[in-house]
Amino acid sequence: MNASRAAWLFLAPALLVLGVFFLLPVLGALLLSFTDYDLYALANLHNLRFVALGNYWALLHRPLFWAALGHTFYFVVVGVPLSMAASLGAALLLHSRLARFKPFFRTALFAPVVTTAVAMAVVWRYLFNTKYGWANHLLGMLGIHPVNWLGDPHWAMPTIILFAVWKNFGYNMIIFLAGLQAVPLELYEAARIDGASTWRQFRHVTLPMLGPTLLMVAILTVSGYFQLFAEPYVMTEGGPLQSTTSVLYLMYEDGFKWWNLGTASAEAFVLFMVMFAVTAAMLRLARRREAA
Amino acid sequence: MLAFASLWLAGCAARGSDTHTLVFWTFGPEGDAVIRLLPAFERTHPDIHVEVQQLPLSAAHQKLLTAIAGGTVPDMAQLGNTWLPELVALHALVPLQQRVDASSTVKPSDYFGSIWSTNVIDGQLYGIPWYIDTRLLFYRTDLLRKAGFDAPPQSWAQWRRMLAALSHPRRKIYGILMPTNEYDQLLSLALQEPEPLLRDGNRYGNFESAGFKRALRFYVDTFRLHQAPDVTNVEVTNPWEEFGRGVYAFYLSGPWNIAEFRKRLPADEQDDWSTAPLPGPDGPGAGLAGGASLVVFRASRHQRAAWALIDYLSRAQVQQHFYRLTGDMPPRRSSWNSPLLGGDPKLRAFREQLERVKPTPAVPEWERIADMMQQVAARAVAGELTVDQAAAEMDRRADRILAKRRWMLDHAEARR
Repeated sequence: MNASRAAWLFLAPALLVLGVFFLLPVLGALLLSFTDYDLYALANLHNLRFVALGNYWALLHRPLFWAALGHTFYFVVVGVPLSMAASLGAALLLHSRLARFKPFFRTALFAPVVTTAVAMAVVWRYLFNTKYGWANHLLGMLGIHPVNWLGDPHWAMPTIILFAVWKNFGYNMIIFLAGLQAVPLELYEAARIDGASTWRQFRHVTLPMLGPTLLMVAILTVSGYFQLFAEPYVMTEGGPLQSTTSVLYLMYEDGFKWWNLGTASAEAFVLFMVMFAVTAAMLRLARRREAA
Repeated sequence: MLAFASLWLAGCAARGSDTHTLVFWTFGPEGDAVIRLLPAFERTHPDIHVEVQQLPLSAAHQKLLTAIAGGTVPDMAQLGNTWLPELVALHALVPLQQRVDASSTVKPSDYFGSIWSTNVIDGQLYGIPWYIDTRLLFYRTDLLRKAGFDAPPQSWAQWRRMLAALSHPRRKIYGILMPTNEYDQLLSLALQEPEPLLRDGNRYGNFESAGFKRALRFYVDTFRLHQAPDVTNVEVTNPWEEFGRGVYAFYLSGPWNIAEFRKRLPADEQDDWSTAPLPGPDGPGAGLAGGASLVVFRASRHQRAAWALIDYLSRAQVQQHFYRLTGDMPPRRSSWNSPLLGGDPKLRAFREQLERVKPTPAVPEWERIADMMQQVAARAVAGELTVDQAAAEMDRRADRILAKRRWMLDHAEARR
């Protein structure tokens, strides 16, 4: 037996599992997205029609889909930089020589990541209740008029972004911490001897050395944030006035609530294409900067 | 290995001898109550063992469809009567007329007519009403009296006057609470109009009818005049306490709240609230014929046993006991003939309205259409759409939701 055949033999079980449980369902969903599979088709397959790109075409003409796409982009564009800034900031604080009780804070800041999103969202729903929530209570003490956090279509998404940032920053913080610890101390030493301030050290030593980590974290966060679902599901049910309905939430409603699996599959693939395009653009941008 | 084998054998043996295990799905708090009703049933039917599986109401719809798709349905279930058309379209349920004909307990004429009719689809009976759910007014008698009204409203005009007198938006006090993401309130008003909600054999939306627009206008005006707060039920954490504190004088909601108010309000406030049938455009109006039915699945191998349990749960005495446990109202007139139900002044309004309830269109898409209707109505409440624009948008969306149904009906006619 030659080496390559042996390699395939060893790979076969893994490939089989991947094929059956990963590739096949995705292919199935792709096929579904070309049909109008719904309740009636579930009852009797004779009611299934092949609609080719009809579902995709219909999506492009559906205002709610565009609105959901807009809300998703809003969440990504505002949420990702905020989330990355928060995690980098926390990592820098924890990494600094001045920090005390490092293990405690590391655990405390990571805690929101490991708690379940649903339980935390329920707690936040109480914190941001218009009448009885602590958020408005605090604002009241500062003399600021209460904000209808989750009930006003303009405030609901920012509130959800705040929640998501708080919930997720600990995860990226750990990655940044590892990245920071990998930066050789001699570089800082050299910079200090050259008379660089703390800010310049950060700007010219820390940031460039963190480059690959930043890119990876950015891509992971972007693809994670595009899949916004649990937060609006628990906190606002997509409302008020559907202002927090994301593409994934819309897909859930169409697919599992109303059983229009054809439409839902098309939505899934559109979201996939959007995420693919954005990630590819980010990679290309990073590569160009590297080359420059 | 040996241990595994013996376990497996034991499992087979258990399944072999226990052929009459009846799997019964319940959604919501009814499951606990049923479990307490079962010992008496199992004493008289020693060959049947009932296994009640309680599922959360929020996951019920999805769970049912997944079970049908995957072939893992239970023997019988509790089912919201607006879901029946959908499950009938999926050929999941067994027709029950023959069982009813042979039964000495289930007498159709004893049931409230509209409630019974929600279980009849294309002339076939698929469910037996288990309990009733209609929406009506809870109101504060003391606040109304203080404002100079000694009876609850009979017509929309009277109602509007009372709402105006009882609302003080600046002090955050409102005449009524109607969460803007619940469709039952607008639907209850819409059912009071003579026009149907869908037209042409349920092929198209009928939301641009004069009647529906009148109901929508009344609904939207209540918010525009600040007689109801523009909030969703996600923001209303404790409506009972706020009702008790006089934040709302009216609360348009369902029968389960009788038990809630009795439990949550202090004893000395219990005389300050009551219930009233819904006022209509001009005089007492109709209401929603909601509720849950008991159904048997076509795939069940224990249909006889399942019917025996339905028969038992339909007895007037059992229904009264069930009411005591849950507060769910029985669908039979004879079940109301007890001091427990008939003598309760707070139930009188429900009894009265039950004779006037109206079913919603029996199409599988109904739940989705009602949801859509409310989403558009909430936009009108927020001032993004006028009543006319909202009605037109509802028709547009309803027509799209019903597109497949139209194709199916035309297809079926062409084949014939």
